Amino acid sequence: MSNQKEDSKYSNQGIRTHQLVKAGLPRRRAKENRFKAYGLICIVAGLGFLVILFGNIISHAWSAFEQTYIALDVTFDESIIDPEGRHDLETLTTADYPALLKKSMSALFPEVKERQQKRSLNGILSSGAPYELQRFLQQHPALLGKTERVWLPVDDDVDMLVKSQIDRTVGEADRRLKDFQIAWIDKLIADGRLEKRFNKQFFASGDSREPELAGIRGALMGSLFTLLVTAVLSLPVGVASAIYLEEFAPSNRWTDIIEVNINNLAAVPSIVFGLLGLAVFINFFGLPRSSPLVGGLVLTLMTLPVIIIAGRSALKSVPPSIREAALGIGASQMQTVFHHVLPLAMPGMLTGAIIGMARALGESAPLLMIGMVAFIVDVPGSLTEPSTVLPVQIYLWADSSERGFVERTSAAILVLLAFLITMNGLAIYLRKRYERRW
Amino acid sequence: MQKSTLLLLLLLISVYAFHVGQKRSQEIAQGKIKNLHSLPKYYGYYTALWAFLPALLLLFIWLGFESPVINHSVIETLPEESRSLSNDLKGLLINDIHNSLSGSAGETKPELKAAVEYLRDLKIWSNWLLSFLAVSFAFMGMYFARSRIRQGHRARNQVEKTVMWFLLGSSLIAILTTVGIVLSVLFESIRFFGKIPLSEFLFGLQWSPQIAMRSDQVASAGAFGAVPLFTGTLLISSIALIVAVPIGLMSAIYLAEYASLGFRSVAKPLLEILAGIPTVVYGFFAALTVAPFIRGLGADFGLDVSSESALAAGLVMGIMIIPFVSSLSDDFINAVPQSLRDGAYALGATQSETIRQVVIPAALPGIVGGILLAASRAIGETMIVVMAAGLAANLTANPLEAVTTVTTQIVTLLVGDQEFDSPKTLAAFALGLVLFLATLVLNILALHIVRKYREQYE
Amino acid sequence: MRQPENIPIPASFSRDQLQTVGDIFVENPRIQCRNVDVYYGEKHAIQDVNLDVGRNEVIALIGPSGCGKSTFLRCLNRMNDTILGCRVNGEIKLDGLDIYADGLDVVTLRAQVGMVFQKPNPFPKSIFENVAYGPRIHGLASDKFELEEIVEKSLRRAGLWDEIKDYLRHPGTGLSGGQQQRLCIARTIAVNPEVILMDEPCSALDPIATAKIEQLIDDLREDYTIAIVTHSMQQAARVSQRTAYFHLGKVIEVGDTALIFTNPRHQLTEDYITGRFG
Repeated sequence: MSNQKEDSKYSNQGIRTHQLVKAGLPRRRAKENRFKAYGLICIVAGLGFLVILFGNIISHAWSAFEQTYIALDVTFDESIIDPEGRHDLETLTTADYPALLKKSMSALFPEVKERQQKRSLNGILSSGAPYELQRFLQQHPALLGKTERVWLPVDDDVDMLVKSQIDRTVGEADRRLKDFQIAWIDKLIADGRLEKRFNKQFFASGDSREPELAGIRGALMGSLFTLLVTAVLSLPVGVASAIYLEEFAPSNRWTDIIEVNINNLAAVPSIVFGLLGLAVFINFFGLPRSSPLVGGLVLTLMTLPVIIIAGRSALKSVPPSIREAALGIGASQMQTVFHHVLPLAMPGMLTGAIIGMARALGESAPLLMIGMVAFIVDVPGSLTEPSTVLPVQIYLWADSSERGFVERTSAAILVLLAFLITMNGLAIYLRKRYERRW
Repeated sequence: MQKSTLLLLLLLISVYAFHVGQKRSQEIAQGKIKNLHSLPKYYGYYTALWAFLPALLLLFIWLGFESPVINHSVIETLPEESRSLSNDLKGLLINDIHNSLSGSAGETKPELKAAVEYLRDLKIWSNWLLSFLAVSFAFMGMYFARSRIRQGHRARNQVEKTVMWFLLGSSLIAILTTVGIVLSVLFESIRFFGKIPLSEFLFGLQWSPQIAMRSDQVASAGAFGAVPLFTGTLLISSIALIVAVPIGLMSAIYLAEYASLGFRSVAKPLLEILAGIPTVVYGFFAALTVAPFIRGLGADFGLDVSSESALAAGLVMGIMIIPFVSSLSDDFINAVPQSLRDGAYALGATQSETIRQVVIPAALPGIVGGILLAASRAIGETMIVVMAAGLAANLTANPLEAVTTVTTQIVTLLVGDQEFDSPKTLAAFALGLVLFLATLVLNILALHIVRKYREQYE
Repeated sequence: MRQPENIPIPASFSRDQLQTVGDIFVENPRIQCRNVDVYYGEKHAIQDVNLDVGRNEVIALIGPSGCGKSTFLRCLNRMNDTILGCRVNGEIKLDGLDIYADGLDVVTLRAQVGMVFQKPNPFPKSIFENVAYGPRIHGLASDKFELEEIVEKSLRRAGLWDEIKDYLRHPGTGLSGGQQQRLCIARTIAVNPEVILMDEPCSALDPIATAKIEQLIDDLREDYTIAIVTHSMQQAARVSQRTAYFHLGKVIEVGDTALIFTNPRHQLTEDYITGRFG
């Protein structure tokens, strides 16, 4: 029978199959191992980038938390400070502090006589040193007429040299500090007059053209105000919107359009929101340029889709049985949502909101469009004052040519990352703490 | 009174109104809440809403009309020759007057002194009038609501209706945002295309907006050809995708199919950190570290690499979008039903054969959707290219040269002085329109594919 | 293997009888299982199972839900390897070779022991590609024509050729449920295995499709050894020669199908067959 014939054919083929499979096996196993290795290499590469990025930033940043100060014996000479003997506070604010400093510097290097050289010598001090001195004297008016050792910030070039970020081996012409200046500085170091101290200035002051005087306080306050506006607006609106779409919206074309629209908005480039802010909030409504108010409004529009999407998935995860239970005992739909569903979905919504806020905190491109990129020295005090935010401050400093700004940029990035990590950590904590499995 | 103080006051009145309403309903109930249609607190909410909303509406209307009305009346007090000025100059004049009032303009010009005084008076007067009106609105609303409370009054339904309107209104903000984006870029773009022909913008090979400004004329031919920007954007985005797609996809495969639970729970969130780092940080990293590194590397091989090479910006952008590719791919790989894997394993396929020939083809639509979203992200990315890519519009496909992108040009054109009648400023909006449309198409396509794919396995 | 007629069959065994009742051994077995235990983490899913599967026979594994029959089936081609936290102890031999031995590649094992699942799971590819997939990865065809020949032969063997020969390039997922399941069987046959495991292959199908599959199983017995898990006792009676009854992870009774269904010896088997539980 044909069956018989096929039977033998099959068993022959069975042996052949077995041999073929075996023959191909080493090659296939090698391929398998290679494939698996590629996967691992890719993950290691991704994580490697992360490590390099953080390592790079941290290695540049750490030195910014210290600033070089010089110890000067300043004689608060009454004939310079208060030549007319008026003894009031007004005099202390207008006095000629640079002259005091020049005298003290000359006392340290009496051999420097030539005008040009003298200017270089005084250049060791930061241009903010007179103001520091003024503040110091105002706090200790009793020192008038006496001599006191004061620690004052030095110029950023000197700071860089002390932190060995200026290469001494480079030819003199290519260096920002000349040989004789380096000699002075070495002498000051040998005398113990130069010292690295914690950089209070960095956290206490606003922006400045001089790296040694620049700080992130203004940017931090700007970020705070901007985020405040964003949070106050985007939280209620986002939550309300999520509730409407998930709990009340009829399923029709309009709801579909809103949904597609929200998903799309979440992926629209942030810079486009900046264009919207410029055209609508500033040009049309005439709100003040560069203000945290406008920044907050723009970021609100940007953050809303994130909050809505997170909110909806949090609401979706509340099982329908809860709703049925509440409706079943005669609660209105509104009561059901606000009394039962919302409290259960709140942790999830909050997690989404915090992540949205963290994204808003790191955003800079749309804020460039609405003028939050201006050079602003003063720390902003209200929602309508011109200000900048931390990421934009980083952008501004990264653009500066001074060597001293590199470390400060990195330090500002570290501060920004610290905030972001805290916020995301909080979100993860909330999720873990209140996570429910139904 | 400051507007914020007024708002606070209105809120306080509403809290008071809540108590008034609640108390009133209890009086009417005569001790038996059963007599009421709704719980007393709903009568409270009802009264509070009546106290707050009309006053708030008034506040917003006032804010909308205050400055145009005030400015108009200030202009009216100025001498004849000022009133006949063009609108632009009038605006400058008004600015001067406002600045004088806030003291930021230094000396007040003598001819404006009267106007400044008048403005100050008007502002004070307007403020007090607003405060008075708003507070009286609040109280009137409260008493009106209180008088309407009866035993059968359906307070809960009315409160819920109001809340419903608020919910609906909130969800419409997303639509308004899109409309706002479209209108704002469209209007300025139309003005731009009134000056520069569309065809020249889309097909021109020369981009030099600054030259057009300097020669103080409407742009000479070819100055606003955006093709170099499009190619530059494509070049950098392609480099980014070439970096991100293989790394992201292979990482996702390894995490979903090979990694132990422990490794996965550590590596996945760590990879996702890459997406959470602000783009300005990547920009700084690209400009400070990666670009010089690539330049140095190129020099070792005898290549002349620009310090603002497309390669550096693209590479760093690629690192940034790795998690976009990997986490979406991971989702979709996990969504492939186990039965398909079982089918392949049961035939004797190795794990990699199963993944490459069964799992990935099955997850492909989702993965493609994810890649499209990543591409849209790359095209719209701004800070990295602003900080690490060039400004010169070179028409080149060489990744070692500097190119510029659409987003870079938008920032460059809009940061600093803006003149909304010069093609230079308007060009930014035209570029914004192109950017919005391009990403819109990518997003909608990607979202559609992803949605279709989800439906298939759910 | 047949129970000698003259041995008196006890009316019933007590319910806590642990030893498997009936003849677990066959002459010249294809698969031998000795003291097989399976754990899912802490859970002891299969307990000390001993069972032989003969050549060219259809053995039916029956029993109530969760009794471990599917788990046991998946041990036979190591499909349990893909389940996290699953451990298999004991000895399973295919043609005298331990399939859990260190040096053995699971790929060759699965080429020899194919499997058909409860729900038809064609790959989202064309019908041709579905069937050609196995021969392709194993390199069974030396050229395109040979591959086409294997595909055609497998589809014919699965009784599907006449229905779909004009639609070979259409997606396999577009077929009806019964056709999909026969496609999956064709896909398995294409690798030319020795044993085919079937895990409730008809549970997702309508009666007509089921009848076709059962006919197919009967045909395939000539060339293959088949182990089939089924919920339907009628199906077991129709397609199998031997039947093993599983209960709470143990094999309670093994024997000739005809005998098990007409004359169960263990109380539990009888309860199950007579529909007292299950």
